[in-house]
Amino acid sequence: MSSRQRLWLFATAIAGFSAFYLWGLAGLPGFGLYPGPYGDVINRIAVGQTNATGVVSAVNFAYRGFDTLGEEFILFVAATGVSLVLRHLRGERERAPRDDAIDRDDSVTTEAITIAALIFVGPTVALGWFLASHAQTSPSGGFQGGAVLGSAFMLIYLGGQFLIFKRISPVAVADAVEAAAAGSFAAVGVAALALGLPYLANILPLGGTPGAVSSSGTIALISFFVGIEVAAAFAVVVSEMLEQTLLVPAGRR
Amino acid sequence: MTFATAAVVTPYTVPLWLMDVLQVTVLVLVAAAATAVVLVRDPVRQVIVLSGYGLLLAVLFLVFQAPDVTLSELSVGAIVLPILVLLALAKVRRREEGDK
Repeated sequence: MSSRQRLWLFATAIAGFSAFYLWGLAGLPGFGLYPGPYGDVINRIAVGQTNATGVVSAVNFAYRGFDTLGEEFILFVAATGVSLVLRHLRGERERAPRDDAIDRDDSVTTEAITIAALIFVGPTVALGWFLASHAQTSPSGGFQGGAVLGSAFMLIYLGGQFLIFKRISPVAVADAVEAAAAGSFAAVGVAALALGLPYLANILPLGGTPGAVSSSGTIALISFFVGIEVAAAFAVVVSEMLEQTLLVPAGRR
Repeated sequence: MTFATAAVVTPYTVPLWLMDVLQVTVLVLVAAAATAVVLVRDPVRQVIVLSGYGLLLAVLFLVFQAPDVTLSELSVGAIVLPILVLLALAKVRRREEGDK
């Protein structure tokens, strides 16, 4: 194809795309104007039905819990895929971490960085734990909490404590925890089936008052499982990536 | 583009015009940062810019009233993704050095 033909092809494609795109934009509701009924309905009934004041969590883990189950397993499969693709091959061996920058001799993490990183580990773990366990009362939830918990692992690595990082998140353990947490989410749904209710029906007591930490039944429980799953998935992915940087490919020095 | 006209009164009510200014400002910043990520050619520097972009995106979600997404974006966009890319770069650099 000559460059002239390519240009024509591009011009035709971009013209068609722009026409449809602009047509679509013109039909959108005005910025900030919500036209649909579902959001309004949910806003009115969610707190009364679920006792969860974090209505986003109520939608994620109850009204659209099945949807979230699928999303959680996307993350699970992705982390499993990383483990599979980055597995150790025969002939590969590990070597001690060392700096490969050409203009430096060896890597020394300065004490300032170590202290700065490690100081934040505790607060980060506390925040992640808080987020994962307070989905029912605040705009937090399992995914956010798990992601923050996962960041705490990375702070330990950034602080130069690579060996500690490996010790507290061995891939085998993180893998098992991840699988158990993901399975628990599905099991909560199956438990409802066993009681003759629809899959993922809220089978636990909703607690006394909306906004209490103990309220909202399975919403809080599922959010907690998701938090553990996400944190473990992050630990798996980062551990695998870290080990890769230490691997010597087969057939090399 | 018409902006929202109905104010929701909460304990944290912000004047609507101020919210509009905030939203437009952050949108422009995000667009600028996204362009910067593409324009920076050195991968290691690009990762740092990408991290800043993730941070701005988190602010964008906050300003558009999605604090739950902000929390995820903060850790995923500003911390985890840059670290993964940096580790991949370290691996590539090591392999290139091994070839020398």
